[in-house]
Amino acid sequence: MLHGTVIILTSFAYLGLLFAIAYFADKRADAGRSVIASPYIYSLSLAVYATAWTFYGSVGRAASDGIGFLPIYIGPTLMIALWWVVMRKILRISKQNRITTLADFIASRYGKSAVLGGIVTVIAVIGILPYISLQLKAISSSFSILVQYPEIVMPGKVGPQSMREDTALWVALILAAFTIAFGTRHLDAAEHHQGMVAAIAFESLVKLLAFLAVGVFVTFGIYNGFGDLFARAAAEPKLHAMMTPLEGVAGGYASWVWLTILSMMAIMFLPRQFQVTVIENLDEKHLNKAIWLFPVYMLAINVFVLPIAFGGVLHFPDGGVDGDTFVLTLPMAEKQELLALLVFIGGLSAATGMVIVETIALSTMVCNDLVMPVLLRLRALRLNERPDLTGLLLGIRRGAIVLILLLGYLYFKLAGEAYALVSIGLISFAAVAQFAPVVLGGIFWKGGTRRGAMAGLVAGFAVWSYTLLLPALARSGWLPTGLLEHGPWGLELLRPLQLFGLTGLDQITHAMIWSMTANIGAYAAVSLSVSPSADEHRQASLFVDVFKRSGEAGGARFWRGTASAPDLYNLLARFLGVAAADSAFREYAAVNGLRWPDDALVADAELVHHVEVQLAGAIGAASARVMVASVAKEEALDLDEVREILDEASQVVVYSHRLEQQSRELKAATAELRAANERLKELDRMKDDFVSTVTHELRTPLTSIRALTEILLDDPEIEQRKKFLGIITKESERLTRLINQVLDLSKIESGKADWQATNVDMATVISDTVAAMSQVFQERHIEVEVKTPDRVRPVAVDVDRIIQVMLNLLSNAAKFCESGTGRIEIALSEQARSLRVDVRDNGPGIDPKDQAIIFDKFRQVGDTLTDKPHGSGLGLHISRKIVEHFGGRLWVESSRGRGACFTFTLPTGAGS
Amino acid sequence: MSDSGTKAQRFVALCMLGILLFNYPILALFNVSGAVFGVPVLYAYIFGAWAALIALMAFVAESRDRDGQ
Repeated sequence: MLHGTVIILTSFAYLGLLFAIAYFADKRADAGRSVIASPYIYSLSLAVYATAWTFYGSVGRAASDGIGFLPIYIGPTLMIALWWVVMRKILRISKQNRITTLADFIASRYGKSAVLGGIVTVIAVIGILPYISLQLKAISSSFSILVQYPEIVMPGKVGPQSMREDTALWVALILAAFTIAFGTRHLDAAEHHQGMVAAIAFESLVKLLAFLAVGVFVTFGIYNGFGDLFARAAAEPKLHAMMTPLEGVAGGYASWVWLTILSMMAIMFLPRQFQVTVIENLDEKHLNKAIWLFPVYMLAINVFVLPIAFGGVLHFPDGGVDGDTFVLTLPMAEKQELLALLVFIGGLSAATGMVIVETIALSTMVCNDLVMPVLLRLRALRLNERPDLTGLLLGIRRGAIVLILLLGYLYFKLAGEAYALVSIGLISFAAVAQFAPVVLGGIFWKGGTRRGAMAGLVAGFAVWSYTLLLPALARSGWLPTGLLEHGPWGLELLRPLQLFGLTGLDQITHAMIWSMTANIGAYAAVSLSVSPSADEHRQASLFVDVFKRSGEAGGARFWRGTASAPDLYNLLARFLGVAAADSAFREYAAVNGLRWPDDALVADAELVHHVEVQLAGAIGAASARVMVASVAKEEALDLDEVREILDEASQVVVYSHRLEQQSRELKAATAELRAANERLKELDRMKDDFVSTVTHELRTPLTSIRALTEILLDDPEIEQRKKFLGIITKESERLTRLINQVLDLSKIESGKADWQATNVDMATVISDTVAAMSQVFQERHIEVEVKTPDRVRPVAVDVDRIIQVMLNLLSNAAKFCESGTGRIEIALSEQARSLRVDVRDNGPGIDPKDQAIIFDKFRQVGDTLTDKPHGSGLGLHISRKIVEHFGGRLWVESSRGRGACFTFTLPTGAGS
Repeated sequence: MSDSGTKAQRFVALCMLGILLFNYPILALFNVSGAVFGVPVLYAYIFGAWAALIALMAFVAESRDRDGQ
């Protein structure tokens, strides 16, 4: 049996477990071993987005209009796709400026304006109250349903409650105590609540598991899977209409689109989302995983919403059970006590998670951006003289937490009963959406000004109050309903739900259209018509260009004045405590290569800025500025000076770009030089090689000439005299030829060769050279075939040089052909822009690996140790040089054993 | 690190794709009666497209930015 005591004990045990987790995580954080420094914990903590609204309300919404609940989760998915652009920027800005709340962010962007921070705080607190009341409502009604087990009775039908039985009030008080214990145990300059984040991540797991458990139970326990469930739902006329729901719902697609936009804003600007996403973020890189893990979470928690909703409608056909309670009442109707209790705990997780983070975020806002700025300005309190203000800060925050929860309770009592869970939550969404223009405008548009932001926020909030808050109060009977039907003073045009006669839309769409028009319109119009102050100009530039500047020092450039280090230290110690002040100074000194307190610190702009940023972490940017100003004499910069500094900064950027470019160019030049040097070294080595090879080549014939002449000298009458003299002549010829070729080559390579280009008919050249070689061919019995067209275009070349090439190729061919069976083919052909000459032999051929090197100097194919060299090894090299000189190419195609074909081309100019 | 890297551009493109997928008129194409594996067409489409979009986001998020990020 589920007695009330059992439920209450379980709830407290669960809260105790959460507290233990938080305590453990805090201890670990203090020891420097954070448990939440993981993208997975970060993603789970973002799931604080899924509150009792998701847990109970989605099903209620789905039971009344099908997929109407989905834009609330699809919108954030779309927005998160933009996080890489938007959220990374916000994260960077917040870390650099020690932003502690959304109000702080906006105030800081618009010139550290305390008034603006206050406005944001007021809007946030009032706007979020309905949302908090939603959580209280969910917890208290789920509790009162569960205690009736096994009966299923709706909470409204229980009868009047006494103060002692008013669960919502008790829930509010218990949650307040719990949140105080969680979030305000000590003051952290960075406003990190690692324990809280760990507990929230745990809660996200619990609520997901609980919801999936119900989903699986309903889909597969009560029904036979999705197909069965949807088939039965389709048979029910009430549900059949919901299968294609978009036309049926009021507003149809317009409503769908606006809900999507609304939730896109909500995921960024709900104070608790800003808290977990921005303030509690430990590492920008966590965003990488969160970008897809968090949407996966949202997808998972929504898969079973429709099955549960349809299951509920089928199960309780008479409509006596509220759709918002199906998650709980379905297990109860099936007598699943444990599952029902798990659901209750899941709902409790969803609601407490939201309440804890939201109230911590709001209480920080109230303290830093509303109460402290006022207190610090009240000279009568002499706060400036109090030695330690940390206690005061914590006290204010604790008070704010209690107050916010009691206000949430009050809203629940005033207006909570008249609306379903989702409708209550949407009112809050619409309120925080008012922050979107000033924040997004603030980080991408330098032109937005403080007055513009104020005008936009006030206008948007006013329209929100008129079109959403007022009707909510009127419907609950606190204002005359005539106001809604006939408008104030009977002015039909001003009816809150059909403002200026705009009809046919649902309430949220209607309110969003008008409030956004007013908000964006006022923001842009006022920003454009009033010029910004120096402070605003500076902050705008620091925020918008955050990626172009680096480090906190960016803000220091703008400070000019005098201060003393001990004064600054005392200031920090008063607000943060001595320990935090010590560590802040030590950190600063370490960065500057000093040891504090041994070395005296100079109170220059940088130190002042450092202190201000530290202080901003505790009391908000606007108050920090006021406090620093109270101990440091600042010379006010006027707008022109700020502009000058900004210009300087941009000049520095330009200058550094130029430097970078120059260094790049320098690097390229160095690389070129190095390459040239390598090339020179290579050439030098080649020259050495050349000299040694030439000497070697010259020595071979010289040696044989010398040996033979010595023999003849010793014995002039020797028998082989004639043969020896023949060899000597041959070797001398070879020597002469070699020397000629070397001279030739050096002429060509040094560019001193004498080229005389005339129009030459290649056919004549070929027949002349073949005729000149005919003696050789006949001796070796080589068959020669010449194929030339009748007429070819002339080529402009030096005729002697080309004859040299032809002779070289022909003598090579003749040299390698077998005597008797040798055959040489010479073909001349015309191509589009050149003439082509092929010299083909049927000799032994050339290995592909050797084909590239035979054109090198002194390279001959074959084993140089055993084979007798057939020439100087310069012929082909020179031939190639000659052909290339005239713009042609010389190459060989061959394979071992299949002959070789040397081909060269000579350009003729354009084909005629 | 700039805010106009390849990764950023891909994310913006994904957001636009999402807006296209979950909006009139594409949504209206699936707003018909009928069922896919027993699940009404519209629901099947929305959850399918949603899952696909998240998969693409995961792919882009985990990829390396060509601009050195």
